[in-house]
Amino acid sequence: MTAIPDGTTTDLSSPEQRPGRASPRAARGRWDWLGVLPYFAFLTLFLIWPVFYLVSGAFQDQAGHFTFQNILDLSSPSIATSYWLSIRLSFASAAIGTVTGTLLAYALILGGMPKWLRNAVTTFSGVASNFAGVPLAFAFIATFGRLGLVTVVLRDAFGFNLYATGFSLFSFWGLALTYLYFQMPLMLLVITPAMEGLRTEWREAAESLGASPFQFWRMVGAPVLAPSVLGCFLLLFANAFGTLATVIALTGSNFSVVPILLFQQIRGNVLYNPNLGYALALGMIFIMIFSNTLYLVLRSRAERWQK
Amino acid sequence: MKRRFPIFSTLIVLLAAAYFLIPLFAAFEFSLHMKRGYLSFAAYRSVFHSDEFISTLTFSAVASFAAILLGAILVVPTAYWVRLRLPKLRPVVEFLSLLPLIIPPVVLVFGHLRLFGTGSFLPLTMSEMGTNILLVMGYVILSLPYMFRAVDNGMAAIDIATLTEAAESLGASRWRTIVDIIFPNVRSAIVSGAFLTFSISLGEFVLASLLNRPAFGPYMVQLGQDRAYEPAALAIMSFALTWLLMAAMQAFANRKPGQRLLPRIRSSASTSKAQ
Repeated sequence: MTAIPDGTTTDLSSPEQRPGRASPRAARGRWDWLGVLPYFAFLTLFLIWPVFYLVSGAFQDQAGHFTFQNILDLSSPSIATSYWLSIRLSFASAAIGTVTGTLLAYALILGGMPKWLRNAVTTFSGVASNFAGVPLAFAFIATFGRLGLVTVVLRDAFGFNLYATGFSLFSFWGLALTYLYFQMPLMLLVITPAMEGLRTEWREAAESLGASPFQFWRMVGAPVLAPSVLGCFLLLFANAFGTLATVIALTGSNFSVVPILLFQQIRGNVLYNPNLGYALALGMIFIMIFSNTLYLVLRSRAERWQK
Repeated sequence: MKRRFPIFSTLIVLLAAAYFLIPLFAAFEFSLHMKRGYLSFAAYRSVFHSDEFISTLTFSAVASFAAILLGAILVVPTAYWVRLRLPKLRPVVEFLSLLPLIIPPVVLVFGHLRLFGTGSFLPLTMSEMGTNILLVMGYVILSLPYMFRAVDNGMAAIDIATLTEAAESLGASRWRTIVDIIFPNVRSAIVSGAFLTFSISLGEFVLASLLNRPAFGPYMVQLGQDRAYEPAALAIMSFALTWLLMAAMQAFANRKPGQRLLPRIRSSASTSKAQ
């Protein structure tokens, strides 16, 4: 250490103070942007440009002229039905996921459950929210399919024929039930910070002022949680809206939600108009942007209480 | 404060546990019934003895590794450079890294097929190698949000500016600083992102199917249409694998740079006891 002259030490701690280095610094600063060029180039080539290609194609006819016709054609019966089905399914699965996930988070965080159980469920949720796609569909076929364990046990032990009630794993409510397997864990994970933000002091203050538990939830708990819950609902909605592999593994491609319709269009131009396919993609992007942006807005609003 | 036994909460947790565990049990139970009359692991044996299983799994594993490698090469220098020199650009870079969460995979691959299709400026889909490259690029994009967050969190945990100045004062070049100083310090963050990338791309279906690649996702869907017991066995194995990957991801994400192996094992043992 003694070998290092004093000048070097000051140089290390405050390089700007040395007049000689000021100009090379400035020169390097001018070329700093080169360092992020690969990142921007990659994203432009493989994300932004392809998406832009589809978006601009949505506003062109097959000869390449500008038109709004494709967007208007989205309201044609077959496509509108697909969108409506997708929206209903995403809404139902997000709503069920939101309610069950919030209840589970409440039970684990505020409901007096032991800490180890909470850790266990959180860890499991991390896994289950990533356990989507084809294997999930297989597990549910083995459970709620025509020969699935639950179906068979209900039939043999309780004399209850699940499929006679109109339920089928390969229909609307079957899909909603399957989606729940990754929706509920996702809800639990994203709502946990908000639930933890409900401070015990608030509850104690309400209790000492004579509030009943119901009054506490109606006047304090629910209003504080509402933006978070609503935001997370939108996240779940977007999550369900983009789901494709699970649907294909369960129903083949018979259940024509929007991603399935787009999948078929890419495979074989089933709409007989490539530009209408672009408009279909644009509609999906629009719905995803809408729900994700609203989610972010609501989340930043909810974070006021978590400081 | 003493509380009553939480009946309501217990009921919720029990119902949730039933919902989550019954499908796993059902799939496992179903997978054992391939041989009529007694329980056996025949379905698992059948899966492992299939050549197609091995070849598609290998293909997807190679594609996933390529995506991890490329993702790390892309993200690490960028995240480093932005933190060191261009902090004003950080919101933009971060926002771009989150975009793939908004673009559904089916839309992404649609754009790829059009932009890199026949007669385009870069007709990647015309050759088999080109299509493979396109698949890997797609996986890099799909995993970018997770990779970027993992690496950026790793960068936040170390003092980049000091490390860089120390390296420079000892005469290291910019490249050497990244490779020999920064990279080892965020290694566990990269590994954490890598496990997540792997779990996303190994069984991925949409991109692989639309690009017509012999990957594991399309193979699983085909198997689901042809067979009864093997899919259940696959579901169980896939759940086990997801669990392993997530556990590994957690272990590496919480690891501090330079931390020794022993305390890490002890700390992960205490969390696994909680499971």
